[in-house]
Amino acid sequence: MAIEVRIPTILRQYTGGVKVVEGTGDTLADLLADLDASYSGLRARLVTEDGGLHRFVNVYVNDEDVRFLGALDAKVNDGDTVTILPAVAGGALAFAAAEALADDLR
Amino acid sequence: MLTIGRDIIDAIVAHARRDHPDEACGIVAGPLGSDNPIRHVPMDNAERSTTFYRFDSMEQLRVWREMDDRDEEPVVVYHSHTATEAYPSRTDASLAGEPKAHYLLISTRDPSTEEIRSFRIVDGTVTEEPVRIVDASVDPTAVTTYMFGQSPATVDYECSTGH
Repeated sequence: MAIEVRIPTILRQYTGGVKVVEGTGDTLADLLADLDASYSGLRARLVTEDGGLHRFVNVYVNDEDVRFLGALDAKVNDGDTVTILPAVAGGALAFAAAEALADDLR
Repeated sequence: MLTIGRDIIDAIVAHARRDHPDEACGIVAGPLGSDNPIRHVPMDNAERSTTFYRFDSMEQLRVWREMDDRDEEPVVVYHSHTATEAYPSRTDASLAGEPKAHYLLISTRDPSTEEIRSFRIVDGTVTEEPVRIVDASVDPTAVTTYMFGQSPATVDYECSTGH
């Protein structure tokens, strides 16, 4: 058994175009580290340099948003499904605030 | 070019007017690979803001799963600007996460003018495209094409920010 991870279109460049991959780990952080060994670069799109989850990525364990489960500390188990979706966000925000957000994404 | 039904455009504009002055947002789903937006799904703006929108994460999961089950994809991702032109902001460009979608913007700044524009946003680069509105209930060959000329057709925010 393993953990099924569903990859959104924008991140499939790291999985050779594959939509569903499998990994192992006890927490979301472990799982992402495990996946990064096979799909290099994927983790960096999800985790910031400070070691937090990117603000504009949604990650779900089964039906729950991991932000309500401890984010990267969220527990995962064999048989779980992890779904990654890019947050759909934007708006006519002021220039300075938008720059700050863009910096936050890098 | 985005080709879309008049009934769907009317529903999107009605949604944007209803939520004004907050930004409204949603998608139009269509069969995978068809480039044909046929199922309008208005979404909640979790931010309830006049300058920012974000899909509610749980609603997004539900809607994205539903599309998966129906072999659909988000052909159109739309939102409104309520005081400025229907052109993607830097925020829109840097956060766009659906490279295959048409990003439709509606401005509700003028209550009597329908201001609709469509863009592709890939890796932070915004490219405007024409919108062809098909009115099936009147005459399948009758179309209206929108392409506003006041902005450059392509803007590369990645280059202009100098990062």
